[in-house]
Amino acid sequence: MTAQLLLVQALNGLQFGILLFLVAAGLTLVFGVMDVINLAHGVQYMLGAYLGASLAAATGSFWLGLLLALPATLACGLLLELLVFRHLYDRDHLAQVLATFGVILTLNEAVTLLWGSAPLQVATPALLEGGVTLMPGLQYPLYRLAILAAGLATAGLLWLLVEHTRAGALLRAGASNRPMLAALGVDTGRLFLLVFGLGAMLAGFAGAMAAPILSVEPGMGDSVLILAFVVIVIGGIGSVRGAFLAALLVGLVEVLGRSLLPDLMRLVLAPSPARQAGASIGSMLVYIAMALILAVRPRGLFPARAG
Amino acid sequence: MPASRRAATLPLLLFALLAAAPFLGLGEGWMMTLLARGMILGLAALSLWLVVGGAGLVSLGHAAMLGIGAYAVVALDEARITEALVVAPAAIGAAALFALLTGAVALRTAGVPFIMITLAFGQMAFFTAASLAFYGGDDGYTLYARSTLAGGRWLENRLGFHYLCLALLAGAFLFCHLLLASRFGRVLRAARENPLRVQAVGFSPYPYRLLAYGIAGGMAGLAGFLLANATEFVAPSFLAWQRSGELLFMVILGGLGSPFGAVLGALALLLLEEGLGHLTPHWRLLLGPLLVLAVLFLRGGLVGLPAQLAGTRRHG
Amino acid sequence: MVEPVLRLDGLRKRFGGLTVTDAVSLAVAPGEIHAVIGPNGAGKTTLIHQVSGTLRPDAGRVLFAGQDVTGLPLARRARLGLARSFQITSVLPGFSALENVALAVQGRSGSSFRFLRPAAAEAMLNEAAMAALAQTGLAGRAAVPAAALSHGERRQLELAIALAMQPRLLLLDEPLAGTGPEEAERLVALLQGLRGRYAILLVEHDMAAVFALADRVSVLVQGRLLASGAPAAIRADPAVRVAYLGEDEAA
Repeated sequence: MTAQLLLVQALNGLQFGILLFLVAAGLTLVFGVMDVINLAHGVQYMLGAYLGASLAAATGSFWLGLLLALPATLACGLLLELLVFRHLYDRDHLAQVLATFGVILTLNEAVTLLWGSAPLQVATPALLEGGVTLMPGLQYPLYRLAILAAGLATAGLLWLLVEHTRAGALLRAGASNRPMLAALGVDTGRLFLLVFGLGAMLAGFAGAMAAPILSVEPGMGDSVLILAFVVIVIGGIGSVRGAFLAALLVGLVEVLGRSLLPDLMRLVLAPSPARQAGASIGSMLVYIAMALILAVRPRGLFPARAG
Repeated sequence: MPASRRAATLPLLLFALLAAAPFLGLGEGWMMTLLARGMILGLAALSLWLVVGGAGLVSLGHAAMLGIGAYAVVALDEARITEALVVAPAAIGAAALFALLTGAVALRTAGVPFIMITLAFGQMAFFTAASLAFYGGDDGYTLYARSTLAGGRWLENRLGFHYLCLALLAGAFLFCHLLLASRFGRVLRAARENPLRVQAVGFSPYPYRLLAYGIAGGMAGLAGFLLANATEFVAPSFLAWQRSGELLFMVILGGLGSPFGAVLGALALLLLEEGLGHLTPHWRLLLGPLLVLAVLFLRGGLVGLPAQLAGTRRHG
Repeated sequence: MVEPVLRLDGLRKRFGGLTVTDAVSLAVAPGEIHAVIGPNGAGKTTLIHQVSGTLRPDAGRVLFAGQDVTGLPLARRARLGLARSFQITSVLPGFSALENVALAVQGRSGSSFRFLRPAAAEAMLNEAAMAALAQTGLAGRAAVPAAALSHGERRQLELAIALAMQPRLLLLDEPLAGTGPEEAERLVALLQGLRGRYAILLVEHDMAAVFALADRVSVLVQGRLLASGAPAAIRADPAVRVAYLGEDEAA
């Protein structure tokens, strides 16, 4: 029983981690290449979930909804870049934090206005309903496995893009040495727009995929955003590889901590205080892990920038 | 110096206005509540200014200090300790301790990582508060009563509370000025401008920044003590990261250049929110774009607005 | 022989596969002006970083004022009396010239964990700062914000900051970089005035200035010390001429 529970929670953790990675990848690229801190990135995740859900309802097909959500979130990202972010590249981080905070307030409220504040339910697509028997007596939802697979595939594509294409080489160059981009004669305006759009689409994809397994509601992007920040701080800002490993780590710690600690605490405490202490320590665990890692390596596990 | 006297005129005017407010037709209950809230958030914004404007570090987790101050009141209230002379120092101490502990880690970084780490620690405090079932968890905690002061129920009195908030805000304002002008503040300001230069004359910025962060935490804890007493209710939403963002916006809206900007920004934002709230329940839909526009166009904050307008007129 | 103020003992620093500092040993005696010259890429900047404490050598030791400071950071070395100036002027742009220097005085006089008394009103700090400004010819510019000073004046201000630390050693990283001929002349005269009172380790490109100022010259080529001696001997050294001076004259 315990081993099975552990396996299920570990899979949940990995699956949550991969979603975190899809959000964190855009964040770390945007920061690495443009030196812009974008709080509104979580909003893209929320928009992905809402757009995916609405488009699925409108077309009657989850898959069509997911497919259409990609260009839709891309368009949202590009629009935001043109309206707001473009004007923030030469401003300090404080201005970027506040302007993107304003974007969050606006879009969270806009979503409430359009879709209401009640959570939206999205049905699991029929094709992926049901579960898989991983071992005797242990069923795991097929859809969650599909998220894991899709996330890994996207991560693989992203890796190919960053490591093996010219655009990727520019991204890496930009993340480790920004002035070099201009020296190479790169049209930074277009590159930034591209990176921003790509990041927005990745986050939107994560949101649309996650819609059937969590409640789609206003502000859902905020908590993901903060965990994505933890991910890129731990992974080393600007590093996609670091973000990947840190995302899996954070996903595992978050899910395992919250689910297992209350039980573990019962070994030393009475049930009621054990649940209390377990729940509060479980929710703090990710941040404690971050503090420990930073105490040893202030620049994260895989710092992208030299020097 | 005339320049510094001119700089002192506006704050004196504002504080005098606040002192006179109850007798200028603003003595109604809801207005007094709003003003008290404004002064308390002004105190919280002032403490954040010490970190952002004074030390040059952008913190996005400051609401945690405010909330910890408020939860210190809750914890003591549950233990039936309501004497302000005990509760307020406890609130200050708890928040300062949290600031020192998290600051010790966060200050190993600077710039964007610092922003993210303070945000993460703030979130940690938020989740912890939400999981404290014996203090109401998500639903929050209603105080049995406001704190007593030297055994007397002074804080129950609306005027008394108004002047307590004003006195603490003015005192904190003066303290910030003195602190920034002192030897300590000079090192802090210098490290904001050029950390390498500061090290080259023999100072490591770290302990100065950490202490400033701790002091700011204590001040925010005091604001939390007042806020808990003002609302007689404390909830995890006090620590929400949106609150941290709001505090940061207050500091910028007023103008980063002076502590007065933080106080002004707090009052301005509160009045703006109140005004927009009367227009529509979806007031955030208006506030958000205003916030973006303020960042893009109001570069010197409200304090710098006259100069900015004069400059625009001259150039355009 | 007098105990040297600064002694570098077999310093070595590698970046990846590149050895940037290779077995560098040298000493600066009290009151001596010791110049380090070398072509671009010889490793002068890396050497300065290791002396001042912003880079840790991979091997070797830095001995300062009779103490092994190899593991100490910049700020600790500064408190021991090592004052450095920067190749790219590094002052506090928003501070007045006086406050720039007063901060340096503050660094060596008492605790800076004092919280309520205005530092600008401390006569002791201001007097010492004024003295350093006067010494570098900036007395008349004390109230001007550093950002409003000319490039040459900011160079002088950096020197004033260093002097206000009452250092045992001045570590000057290309103090003439970016100055016009007139400004350079003024700075050289200023440094001449310090002769004998401070130990100075000077890294400089301007050969005229180096040979006018230095008591001793060390030549760094590809991370190694090629020669070290009196200016006249260095000037006459055929190896130095080939490796460095000749190239310079040809250019």
